[in-house]
Amino acid sequence: MATAQRTQPRGGLDAAAKLELYYYMRLTRTLEERLVNLYRQTKVVGGLFRSLGQEADAVGSAYALDRDRGDILSPLIRNLGSMLVQRARPVEIIRQYMAKGDSPTRGRELNIHYGDLVRGFIGQISQLGDMVPVMAGVTLSFKMRGEPRVGLVYVGDGATSTGAFHEGINFAAVQRCPLVVIVENNGYAYSTPLSKQTAVRDLKDKALGYGIPGEQADGNDVLATYEVTKRAVDRARRGEGVTLIELITYRRKGHAEHDNQSYVPPGEIERWERENDPIDRYVAVLASEGVSPAELAAIDARVQVEVDEATDEAERSPMPEPRDALVGIYADPPVVDPLWFRAGVRSAVETHERPASWGTHDG
Amino acid sequence: MAEVTYLEAIRQALFEEMERDPNVFCLGEDIGAYGGAFKVTDGLQARFGEARVIDTPISEAAIVGAAAGAAHMGMRPVCEMQFIDFISCAYDMLTNYVATARYRAMLPCPMVVRGPSGGYVRGGPFHSQNPEAAFLHTPGLKIVCPATVSDAKGLLKSAIRDDDCVLFFEHKYLYRRIKEELPTGEHLVPIGTARIAREGRDVSIITYAATVWKALEAADQLAAEEGISVEVLDLRSLQPMDDEAILATVRKTNRVLIVHEDTRTGGVAGEITARINEQAFEWLDAPVLRVTAADVPLPYSPPLEDYVLPQVADIVAGVRRLARY
Repeated sequence: MATAQRTQPRGGLDAAAKLELYYYMRLTRTLEERLVNLYRQTKVVGGLFRSLGQEADAVGSAYALDRDRGDILSPLIRNLGSMLVQRARPVEIIRQYMAKGDSPTRGRELNIHYGDLVRGFIGQISQLGDMVPVMAGVTLSFKMRGEPRVGLVYVGDGATSTGAFHEGINFAAVQRCPLVVIVENNGYAYSTPLSKQTAVRDLKDKALGYGIPGEQADGNDVLATYEVTKRAVDRARRGEGVTLIELITYRRKGHAEHDNQSYVPPGEIERWERENDPIDRYVAVLASEGVSPAELAAIDARVQVEVDEATDEAERSPMPEPRDALVGIYADPPVVDPLWFRAGVRSAVETHERPASWGTHDG
Repeated sequence: MAEVTYLEAIRQALFEEMERDPNVFCLGEDIGAYGGAFKVTDGLQARFGEARVIDTPISEAAIVGAAAGAAHMGMRPVCEMQFIDFISCAYDMLTNYVATARYRAMLPCPMVVRGPSGGYVRGGPFHSQNPEAAFLHTPGLKIVCPATVSDAKGLLKSAIRDDDCVLFFEHKYLYRRIKEELPTGEHLVPIGTARIAREGRDVSIITYAATVWKALEAADQLAAEEGISVEVLDLRSLQPMDDEAILATVRKTNRVLIVHEDTRTGGVAGEITARINEQAFEWLDAPVLRVTAADVPLPYSPPLEDYVLPQVADIVAGVRRLARY
């Protein structure tokens, strides 16, 4: 019986949850493919960052968080899938890339650099490793208030070389913060291979230096990433502190869309595409558990409609008003117009011009 | 009420704010069991416990980054930099992450980074710095530099209640050298309002932090010996900067000397001069002059440090030059 097979749990996920994992992976890929089209039409203002081949590690790990309990994750540039799991909307992503005025950051930040504490994801910055101390603090607040919440922070293999990564994970380990640190080892930091990043063979071994558990999993197996993350999340929620997880994956596209990947050995990308595509692998798993091609095709069609609608909506969005650039730096805005000087010299003179008493003080 | 020191005023502010608001907590190196390198936080951990007075690893970036993360979630962390010279280790966190958080991501960062700044104490190049100019250049941070005991308390309480990140530069030379009787009851000083430390009519000195006291000494000397009436404006905070108070004193005396302990090139005095130039050029009877430290790392040995840092005699000479201009 197909039904009996399908309810067979792996990682405690039921059939509906397993299809949801597929939905998020497919949504990630289709949305990025749409962004590529928009990029080629020069409608994307900045660079375009793909997570092709990494959808499983992003989706499976984020899925291990508890959205009802208010868990929070800090995504990295290849964690579009993680953000979608946290209910980021495709229209928001497209507006961000197109620098629209009604994008979540109102045109101030690029690509997937935005967050929403209510939905449980926090806006990253470009300085790699910096989100580790920040998430140490987010989870420190959970601990201080006795809230049963967990944080998850993603870094790449390259960010493990930064001081911020070291300081942040060490701080969180000492404080036993309810934090999961995921190192997505995709082989390259921009063009730099892992062998030039670190002398460590397995990044999970870095956990030893912080006195915390280190685990490693196949990042292209969505169920494996879910399971390893779920174990760490459960540990954190039980008050057992930080876990470092290394997910082995592969970046099939360049650092950004402009990158021609000339540094990659011939055949490497093709081999991963052929033998280790996370969606192909998961489709095979689902098929073996009795999911019909028609069910998956229905999800694909639904994703296509969502992405089409989001694209139309984002294309209709206005660009920002220039003066909006000046507000929102502080909670209490300054009294003086920051561009008063653009009114010209006359304005300054008229406002402040000295009366007749030249050469002496007025006292 | 008994007189208290500048250091005690800071400790009182921390105590009172932690009593008032359970979201306020302190983190830093050696601040808990030991009470801090200068004993500013002495007794805090005994009163509020290890969970709210956190001894951290030697990790300035993590201290500031973790404070930011906690602040996003509604806490009000107060970070101590053991010496403010070490704030440069967290420069990335402050300028890239914290300062931009509200603007780029609508993330509030109600936090304070405080610590001992300044020289005149034979601290050498890494225990005497004045880092304000580096941060004044970064939109999104506030900068407070109290010169008096009551300002140290009132401004720190305001900083802790502020909804943005406030860099609170205490002057270590003043920690135990000045005393004052504090007002009874709740004492808050608003951030962004300068204070006239001494009224005068001939020349204005615009300054902040420890050099307020040097300026006052110079003003006394000039009044007694030469009959020059000097006004001293204590800025109290550099961001926001009280332009109205600056322009008011310029309009009053028409002669301005800016004094700060930080080095000269790229220092705060250049910014103040530009603002006066833009908004009150017509009111000046003389060029705006600066008395600052020389452009060198601060040396240790007393004859060297004294030579590099602004002294009363330098200020007197600057005022004389302006008065005669």
